[in-house]
Amino acid sequence: MTLENQNYITAICSIRNNEIILDGKLVFKTETLDFSDFSKKAYQHLGISYPKFFKMDNLSKLAFLGAEMLLQNEQESDMALVFANRSSSLDTDVKYQKSIADTANYFPSPAVFVYTLPNICIGEISIRHQLKSENSFFIFDAFNPQLMANYADVLINTGKATKVLCGWTEIFNEEYNAFLYLVAAEGTLTHNKHSLETAYNE
Amino acid sequence: MEALKQELKGKIIEVLNLEDITVADINDDDALFGDGLGLDSIDALELIVMLDKDYGIKLTDPKDGKNIFKSIETMAAYIAANRTK
Amino acid sequence: MNEVFITGTNCITPLGFDVTTNIDNIVNGVSGIRQHQHLTKMGLPFYAAAVDNAELDKAFAAISSESSYSRLEKMMILALSPIVRTFQKPLNDKTAFILSTTKGNIAALENTDGHIESAHLSQLAKNVAAFFQFSAEPIVISNACVSGVLAISVAKRLIQSGMYENAFVVAGDELTEFVLSGFSSFQAMSDEPCKPYSKNRKGVTLGEATAAVLVTSNCENAKAKIIGDGSINDANHISGPSRTGEGLFRSIESAMKEAKIGPQQIDYISAHGTATPFNDEMEAVALNRLHLQNVPMNSLKGFYGHTLGASGLLETVIGIESLLQNKLFQSLGYDESGVSQSINVIEKTSEKNIQYFLKTASGFGGCNTAVIFEKVN
Repeated sequence: MTLENQNYITAICSIRNNEIILDGKLVFKTETLDFSDFSKKAYQHLGISYPKFFKMDNLSKLAFLGAEMLLQNEQESDMALVFANRSSSLDTDVKYQKSIADTANYFPSPAVFVYTLPNICIGEISIRHQLKSENSFFIFDAFNPQLMANYADVLINTGKATKVLCGWTEIFNEEYNAFLYLVAAEGTLTHNKHSLETAYNE
Repeated sequence: MEALKQELKGKIIEVLNLEDITVADINDDDALFGDGLGLDSIDALELIVMLDKDYGIKLTDPKDGKNIFKSIETMAAYIAANRTK
Repeated sequence: MNEVFITGTNCITPLGFDVTTNIDNIVNGVSGIRQHQHLTKMGLPFYAAAVDNAELDKAFAAISSESSYSRLEKMMILALSPIVRTFQKPLNDKTAFILSTTKGNIAALENTDGHIESAHLSQLAKNVAAFFQFSAEPIVISNACVSGVLAISVAKRLIQSGMYENAFVVAGDELTEFVLSGFSSFQAMSDEPCKPYSKNRKGVTLGEATAAVLVTSNCENAKAKIIGDGSINDANHISGPSRTGEGLFRSIESAMKEAKIGPQQIDYISAHGTATPFNDEMEAVALNRLHLQNVPMNSLKGFYGHTLGASGLLETVIGIESLLQNKLFQSLGYDESGVSQSINVIEKTSEKNIQYFLKTASGFGGCNTAVIFEKVN
């Protein structure tokens, strides 16, 4: 394997503005709802049966739904998970902070605390799809196609992964934006900064 | 005791986010962990917090949880005997 | 493919603000863990390893009169400062800046009219980058307790790809009410200083620290070469480790395969050893599966507590000293084996020729990271 091998984007999913779009096709849409209701309706519409979904925090639900779309027909188990966002787990951190803010009502919740780390959402995807694979979670101000492209390429080209599921999964205070895609050694859409930027902005 | 059991069933569903389960689905002596309701280690920790928050019971040894949380029956009995709220 | 090295190291910890002082304390068996009364609003006494505020402020005042940096930023700047100072080349886009943390400036959330902006991890990275005038956009890694060693792995991979030639890597986390209360809610806190791998271990002792390294393709003054890595998820549970240590097993296996070495060649393992019943047991299982059960190993958490996002990097910095000085440091806190399979815990600081050492870490979310370092002769 060489570091210069070209890789390809083989599937794209975005979850924004109450819509789930897979490879350019609208898969699911609702009127404006809060994320909790939107995600529940999406879960039901997609016919998912996974009760643990309802224990997840918003970030994990968002990442889970995107992964569900991209992995539904995917057989590859050596699938690395490379995710990033801007707010880390702040959406849940704020919620957890509330549970310890008042000494007269001090009941830190372990079920909330466990989600105060952004990589938990990758853990949830790993468990759901039984992916014992490379994982990393990055934080950037905005989607960073250069770094994401580079890192996914190096994982495939050095044999650390056969495919990579990449995701920008940003959510804070009801505002969410998810952009996920699959990278593999074969395909038609070239995997590079430029195609990622174009796809992200569509 | 009946009212407490019903209350507990409702609380468990809410606190542990058991989405597709109703109070009617939980029998008093169903196993809560393992094969029964399928609760896990984080759920057990949440129940310990619930005992404190709602019933004023602080478990001195979290390992006691295993016996207390076996079923709604055992939970209700323990709470009735030890509650301070 | 580029070879990648670590050429500069530093740390800011309760055991000192430079590597030499830390090693002296470790050799003398001095732990950074103390009992503290006022770390949380509830005023409960906790054992923890805390950096002294007065010493921190004094050390920072010696390098800057700026008062606007957060406590964690000061610790990170102090860790990086001597390494950046000795870097002779221009800070251009070929020099990455990688920051590892789990919670960053989370203490900012305690300030109810504080802006959420200050709790953003990219803001933390920008503040630290601004001090040194790093030009590349910061790369923040927030991957639970493997972040510190994963940051080294990411630096190495990005340098191998040619995207960068050098990477300044800093890692840090602070003792906060947020994490103390959280670990407490998990019933995971020990009521005495932690005892990794021991029969009577009762859980973690938390700590705070920062550490920094320079990772580079330039072998001049290299302290260690990074020869293999792996970061594989257990795919089992979001807070408990796999009982078969699957993710850790595969991570170490991946690292050894890349390094082209076998278990019999590894001279020392700096393991994770948080002293929870499950973590330490999982590590023993994984090491035995890999035939690594006889390799001298330790956890440094008896000295530093669990420093979360800093731990992987801090413990690597100390491990590099083991490599350079051919010294195995005792696994402080260990008394009697409390894991079901045999492992070779270092009970007394001693000499050994070390050519290869393995650093491992595991964390919430089922993550694991393993990196292998080779002595540069």
